[in-house]
Amino acid sequence: MSDQSYEPSMVLATKTFDVVGTRPVRHDGADKVTGRAIYGADVTLPGLIHGAVLRSPHAHARIKSIDTSKAEAHPQVRAVVTSADIADAGDKTVDLGEGLTRLAFIRNNVLARAKVLYRGHAVAAVAAASVHDALEALNLIEVEYEPLPPVLTAPEAMKEGASLLHDDLTTTELGKPTDKLSNVASHFRHEKGDIEKGFADADLILEKEFDTSTVHQGYIEPHNTTALWNNDGRIQIWTSTQGPFTIRDTTAAILEKPVSQVRVTPTEIGGGFGGKIPVYIDPVAALLSKKSGHPVKIVMSRADVLEGTGPTPGSHIKVKMGVKNDGTMVAAQASLAYEAGAFPGAMVIPASMCVFAAYDIPNVMIDGYDVVVNKPSTAAYRAPGATNAAFATENIVSAMAEKLGVDPLDLRLNNASKKGTRRADGPKFPRIGCVEVLEAMKSHPHYSAPLEGPNRGRGVAIGFWFNAGLPSACNIAVNADGSITLVEGSPDIGGTRTSIAMQAAEVLGLPIENVSPSVVDTDSVGYTAVTGGSRVTFATGLAAIRAARDVRDQMIKRAARIWGVDADTVEFEKGVFISRNGTENRMTFAELAPQLAATGGPIVGRAGVNPPGVGGSFAGNIVDVEIDPETGKVTILRFTAFQDAGKAIHPSYVEGQMQGGSAQGIGWALNEEYFMNPDGKMMNSSLLDYRMPTSLDLPMIDTCIIEVANPGHPFGARGVGEANIIPPPAALAHAIHNAVDIDMRRLPMNPVAVMEAIWQKNGVTD
Amino acid sequence: MPRKVQVQTKLNGEQVEFLCEPRQSLLEVLRDELGLTGTKEGCNDGNCGACTVMFDGRIVTSCLVLAVEAEGKEITTVEGIAAGNELHPIQQCFLEGAALQCGVCTPGILVAAKALLDQDSNPSEEKIRFWLANNLCRCTGYDKIVRSVQAAAEKMQEAR
Repeated sequence: MSDQSYEPSMVLATKTFDVVGTRPVRHDGADKVTGRAIYGADVTLPGLIHGAVLRSPHAHARIKSIDTSKAEAHPQVRAVVTSADIADAGDKTVDLGEGLTRLAFIRNNVLARAKVLYRGHAVAAVAAASVHDALEALNLIEVEYEPLPPVLTAPEAMKEGASLLHDDLTTTELGKPTDKLSNVASHFRHEKGDIEKGFADADLILEKEFDTSTVHQGYIEPHNTTALWNNDGRIQIWTSTQGPFTIRDTTAAILEKPVSQVRVTPTEIGGGFGGKIPVYIDPVAALLSKKSGHPVKIVMSRADVLEGTGPTPGSHIKVKMGVKNDGTMVAAQASLAYEAGAFPGAMVIPASMCVFAAYDIPNVMIDGYDVVVNKPSTAAYRAPGATNAAFATENIVSAMAEKLGVDPLDLRLNNASKKGTRRADGPKFPRIGCVEVLEAMKSHPHYSAPLEGPNRGRGVAIGFWFNAGLPSACNIAVNADGSITLVEGSPDIGGTRTSIAMQAAEVLGLPIENVSPSVVDTDSVGYTAVTGGSRVTFATGLAAIRAARDVRDQMIKRAARIWGVDADTVEFEKGVFISRNGTENRMTFAELAPQLAATGGPIVGRAGVNPPGVGGSFAGNIVDVEIDPETGKVTILRFTAFQDAGKAIHPSYVEGQMQGGSAQGIGWALNEEYFMNPDGKMMNSSLLDYRMPTSLDLPMIDTCIIEVANPGHPFGARGVGEANIIPPPAALAHAIHNAVDIDMRRLPMNPVAVMEAIWQKNGVTD
Repeated sequence: MPRKVQVQTKLNGEQVEFLCEPRQSLLEVLRDELGLTGTKEGCNDGNCGACTVMFDGRIVTSCLVLAVEAEGKEITTVEGIAAGNELHPIQQCFLEGAALQCGVCTPGILVAAKALLDQDSNPSEEKIRFWLANNLCRCTGYDKIVRSVQAAAEKMQEAR
């Protein structure tokens, strides 16, 4: 369906580059199409044995006793661990890169201490000669539980008298600790203007409630780890993770080790989307190694992944918005109750930063509630929290446009956030691309293409994600043949080795083939925060740019020394050192490189950054659907994704992020959910029943990259990993509404939900 | 412990022999006994397709095949797609078309896509989507995968 007549890339970043913006084959490509790339589960070591984790069959229970004696007596078992093998964390807090967290929340998730808080909560672990032996031995561990009533949704958990998950969790109310024992870990508020006056000024006020289901990140590679607790007390870990330094620091904190005693090697990683940031099995494998004297590998089963890791929060959201008859939005209010799962930390803070961020509204009030429930402890998932929030806000914005009789994109354009707009949570926007995304959507041929036939409809929606900076480090060594080796610490999940290498190549005027990038272990590069927050191409890219500039500056000095001129007279242009001091001297990078050893020794460029110039990203969708009125099935006829990437460093992988995020958003919208029974058991914990989109469920996903340069990055990059997942559920709900005149306020919008809404509209009762 | 069984099979064109327990899957033996870790485990219950291999000319999920069933059979894994150092057109097109992100579903998809191209030199988009519907990819949304299979079909036709 793509329209070849349309220029797909709207370039507002006007500078041109030699390497940046091209589409080279990725450096790790050959390994990944031949099966040679080593992922976490592929690691093997001499003497390796295999671990398995016993998980709670109850969603909420007190552990009365654990008897491991029969498992220990199994002839193939080499070690058994329980919570008793890890020190209690008490009130200790740790900063693992995202502010202070109570260590107990992490530690007690790794191995349950006094209570199990969700079905799938880890209780004990075994290491044995083979994985089959380990699984057999799990059945020999006897755990006595005292089951407690579970609470499974935020509204349920917030009720007075609800079953409490934690004996010591009290609500932090508007920033102040209280002594109220509750499942609500915190209630916070962002305010801007005068909300009452805002609604009083409005000609039209719409207010609705929304519910979204718990969904999983759904990476195809299960969590895995291999750990060796060496005889000198040092721990080595090989694992698929988005954050090797996070794994190092968390494992060290839980096991009471200095970080210098823990080395984490990030292997190739089979997807993460936020779900491979937390620590689950690494400290457990390390303890099993300590007890057994063997390196121990643990690979989760798919059911363990679904029941014991991730997911992202389900939520209950109320949104009320007021608009004047002339289309000016004057007030917006939201109540966001997000399910944290077993431990505090629902993604409700980022949700509050995004819920109204696309619109310049003078009067705003946002209330956020971080609510613990008896589900797995939630993890980030691609723009965490923002998709749920946009599902609510965008529904109301489109409904307002319909009631006012204006084009839904015009209403958005009329109120779009721009440079200088202040968000209710505080920050003022720098240069952003909300208007440009909306204009691209409006002028795209998809928006004006005819859509005929019954039960068909077109929908639009937009979404905002703020993106992250955070620390990154990079070292670049110059080789005598004029190539460079680049080491960095950001696990590469979607081609970032190459997008980072391209930025160094651009600075040094080198062809991309002359850069050899590697992601290395935590002893071999400076601290680098997680691959997350759409930050890697931006922040680790900036580290690579700075390291390359360091190389350039050091080489300028060598050239000056060789020529006997002042270094200030030497310039560097597109890979050539030039001195125009009287006589002109010229030397290419490749000509200077072999002379480094004789002129002072090898050159290593280095940089550590924590960049402030983060550029947020807006994304939008236009989607056409057809509804089967007999079954309620939604078929996507055409889908176009728009996103402001800033400068697209590697456009193919920018498109890939947009397409992948769209597909995940579509899955979230139409199929995916944790289907829980009343006891808190997930009834669909396999990839047959937890239904993610297959190739047959999706059309081609057309992309339109908008490049509004980020002033905070030398090449204008923003980061593109996340905003793309936000608009699909809202855009699909809008399209479904336009197709069959129903208002979908609950995710997923699966065939049953669509049919029920159609029956309700038609007054059909069973 | 059950006694191990001796199995002879043809793997990526080479005769191999291994010992395995009757309960071990073909996937487990490929990865843990024969060191061919290119074939990936995503679910171990036949639903994700990451462990797809060719088994006597048929596409199978190797987690649902017992290793003892390999006796006398011909098996091709992702490691058997390239001709020595020469990438197969499907591999080359996946690289040029950016058809992989994390790459963990890629081995299974390449095996399945090559099987399709071996029996249909010019498959429609619909047929490619149908053929690959048992191979879950969470990163790409399938767009670039489908396009890369189409590109490989063209490339292979040109080469004929």
